[in-house]
Amino acid sequence: MTATHLGMPAFPAAAREAVRDDVLRANLRRATHTIRDKRARAVAELADWDRLRAAGKAVKDHTLRHLDHYLLQLEEAVTAAGGTVHWAADADEANRIVTDLVLATGERELVKVKSMATQETGLNEALEAAGIAAYETDLAELIVQLGHDRPSHILVPAIHRNRAEIRDVFRAEMGGWGRPAPDGLGDDPRELAEAARLHLREKFLRAKVAVSGANFMVAETGTLVVFESEGNGRMCLTLPETLISVVGIEKVVPTFRDLEIFLQTLPRSSTAERMNPYTTMWTGTTDGDGPAAFHLVLLDNGRTDTLADEVGRQALRCIRCSACLNVCPVYERAGGHAYGSVYPGPIGAILSPQLRGTDSEIDASLPYASTLCGACYDVCPVAIDIPEVLVHLRERVAQGGPVTRDGIRVRLRPAHGRTAERAAMRAARLLLDHPGALRAGERLLARARRMRPRRLPGPGRAWTDTRELPELPAESFRDWWTRERGTPQ
Amino acid sequence: MRVALFVTCVNDALYPRTGIAVVRLLERLGVTVDFPAAQSCCGQPQYNTGFRHETEPLVRRTAEAFAGYEYVVTPSGSCAAMIREHYPRIGRKAAAEGRGDALAELAAALAPRVYELTEFLVDVLGVSDVGAHFPHTVTYHPSCHGLRALGLGDRPRRLLAAVKGLDLVELPGAEECCGFGGTFAVKNPDVSAAMGTDKTAAAAATGAEVLCGADNSCLAHLEGLLRRAGSPLRTLHLAEILAATEREPLR
Amino acid sequence: MTSRDVVLGRIRRALGERGPGPRPSPGPAGAAEIPRDYLAVHGARTPAETVDLLAAHLAEYRARVHRTDEDGLPALLADLLARRGARTVLVPPGLPAHWLAAAEPAHVQDRAESTARQLDAVDSVVTGCALAVAETGTLVLDGGPEQGRRRITLIPDHHICVVRVPGQVVDSVPRAVALLDPARPLTWISGPSATSDIELDRVEGVHGPRTLDVVLLGAQ
Repeated sequence: MTATHLGMPAFPAAAREAVRDDVLRANLRRATHTIRDKRARAVAELADWDRLRAAGKAVKDHTLRHLDHYLLQLEEAVTAAGGTVHWAADADEANRIVTDLVLATGERELVKVKSMATQETGLNEALEAAGIAAYETDLAELIVQLGHDRPSHILVPAIHRNRAEIRDVFRAEMGGWGRPAPDGLGDDPRELAEAARLHLREKFLRAKVAVSGANFMVAETGTLVVFESEGNGRMCLTLPETLISVVGIEKVVPTFRDLEIFLQTLPRSSTAERMNPYTTMWTGTTDGDGPAAFHLVLLDNGRTDTLADEVGRQALRCIRCSACLNVCPVYERAGGHAYGSVYPGPIGAILSPQLRGTDSEIDASLPYASTLCGACYDVCPVAIDIPEVLVHLRERVAQGGPVTRDGIRVRLRPAHGRTAERAAMRAARLLLDHPGALRAGERLLARARRMRPRRLPGPGRAWTDTRELPELPAESFRDWWTRERGTPQ
Repeated sequence: MRVALFVTCVNDALYPRTGIAVVRLLERLGVTVDFPAAQSCCGQPQYNTGFRHETEPLVRRTAEAFAGYEYVVTPSGSCAAMIREHYPRIGRKAAAEGRGDALAELAAALAPRVYELTEFLVDVLGVSDVGAHFPHTVTYHPSCHGLRALGLGDRPRRLLAAVKGLDLVELPGAEECCGFGGTFAVKNPDVSAAMGTDKTAAAAATGAEVLCGADNSCLAHLEGLLRRAGSPLRTLHLAEILAATEREPLR
Repeated sequence: MTSRDVVLGRIRRALGERGPGPRPSPGPAGAAEIPRDYLAVHGARTPAETVDLLAAHLAEYRARVHRTDEDGLPALLADLLARRGARTVLVPPGLPAHWLAAAEPAHVQDRAESTARQLDAVDSVVTGCALAVAETGTLVLDGGPEQGRRRITLIPDHHICVVRVPGQVVDSVPRAVALLDPARPLTWISGPSATSDIELDRVEGVHGPRTLDVVLLGAQ
């Protein structure tokens, strides 16, 4: 992945800042609660939701189990339909392929449809280094790009900004990129949307090259699918002469029919709509309608390593709906930036440490950025058991174990700084595995109950900084039972 | 009917009154309660922190402690979920690591016999009115593992609603996590406290005197926040409310 | 070794060193392990009820829904264009000529060489559709002669789409997918363009047509 987020502090430290930011807390609370209730209503409309969810999971699992087969079939179908397929093993290679394709057109600017894959590879920065200007056209991406900001949500990258902040960014920055914001721009969302329309219009009308991602690729037909709302996707996918789509290899599905599942589950999970305003499906090139040249860049960048892990691979089922972010109580308080990745929230906490590895402080802390409350699993339209994968990755951090890196199976050692925790867990286990010692310990505690401190030193401080310790009982349950009932069985 | 009580380590050491309440309640309903002394901790803190290998001896101990009992009853949704959901996984992983099927067999034998208290009352005993009396206003926080992993549904609220004198008020945002999360509470203390504070504020706003739950670890976190803030709202385990009668009121 | 070989090699190792031996076909054999017991249609409706549902769902997402029959269509279209104040209207190559017989605005034919900028100067566009989906309030265009190229329903700010009812209306997404040809360029349209990017609340009207009139054409 990109270097953008390297050197991020671990999740708890980044989250602490967010928790103390009252504006951010209010923005996130408002947005996530709005969408949460709406999603629940949209899903409740479909009596067969659980069956659609099971079918979506099965399609993705089946595809992943035969991923090589379906990618080859996809390649053949796209090529037959007039497209060109490229393979990128990592982010750098994907960026190089796209840069070369753009340079070959002679153009020095392009328009972009919101794409997680190109955010992941840091494509915009790579293009900039090659002298190519990439204009984000999704409203939220535009807000992030104009604000020199980082995305904090998969679907709505500017979710951390409220309408007044967005107005300020538009007023200050639009002029530097093209058409300035209208005079006297207010903070009504309609006005803001209108300002974006005017600003981007000229870019759409003159664009010769576009870069997109895709929500799905159909192996059988070579069809790519982009779900969107604003029409910026349609602009990018149909007006330019050259279209370059960078898509993760896990986005393939076997048949056109499989889309009938995701066309029902993705919009409801994502924007809580029966259907999003626009979905574009294209198969290679069509004479006289849309781009004359179409390039598909298939991106690995850690996905095959993720595929090699039998528990972790379910993360590759993800269709990037962001329902798990919207329902997550930790995301709601910590905000997306604390996750130090273009993939924030619960899915990010299992995806980033698999795509990037668990070496950095931020990646090693992500599997712990959850209470394991399970709300994410409940809403996931492809039934990714995020808590299961979180615990699995915690093992990787705490115990080490086998893992695949760049296609090579290696054995990880426990992460640095886990020695004390490991010793404590071992001591606790030894105590708990010896009820005699446990009982002695409980009695010792009971005798010390009057000394209950208000603040604990060391790691215990994290508890007593905000909470009282529980009052210690005069005797344990074990002792009560013995006193009342005699020796236990 | 004879059952084994799995009191859990937290209740044993910190909340014995919950264990005592379960014993009184079950005995009142005609159930014979055993307390196998070999039990200790289900291993959840180790497992959820990533120390699966350290968990294995506790899986073995727990499975062996409750061998032979048709019903193992526990007043903790999260410990029940640990056994039902994670013990089989731990067994499978041990087998996959070439350490034999013994652990998987122990886990498979134990998991279906473990019942969270409200499941046992409603599903096995078939009661929702347990003859309790508790003349107070109560709001109920359904802890995540009970709610989502076990799917307890409205069982706890049905039991509470049948308690004589009890005025049950709905907790807004009840399904949202309280922020405890085991070691999350100390690994991510700021987010944990922020979540807990929102939860206690929602509970206080209901005007209830008692914030009731079915997992004392979550309640320890909420109680700690409430005490620190000097709130008059008190936390109580569901079992203690269900154990209370007109003759033997709570405390 | 090419990156293609690298990636395919990693996949095969990740899946357990399986060689290129027998594979499940993407057809019946592969499909067999995917449970498709989800509903083909949600609920039972008469054709008229299905059309009503389409109308309701279109309207919910701020499309303006009108009903007429063949005789009333030219006048309705003329009226919609007039109310909009349109001076020019884009016409797909195969649009029935009588549809716009009563319309005032000058007809603009979409030609291969028409640039995006030229289309941007046109006020409105009138098209037919491939089908419409009642359960989701969706119109699907497939580039047929009554619909034209994808760009003509995108650039003008006002789109009038005529749906023949009940003939072109299907109940559900699965029914629609079964009828569509993936080799054609497909555009699924559900209401005018919108965004949820400001505080996750839906606002209509961004880059695509901000006004969507849908005419349900059938027996009155």
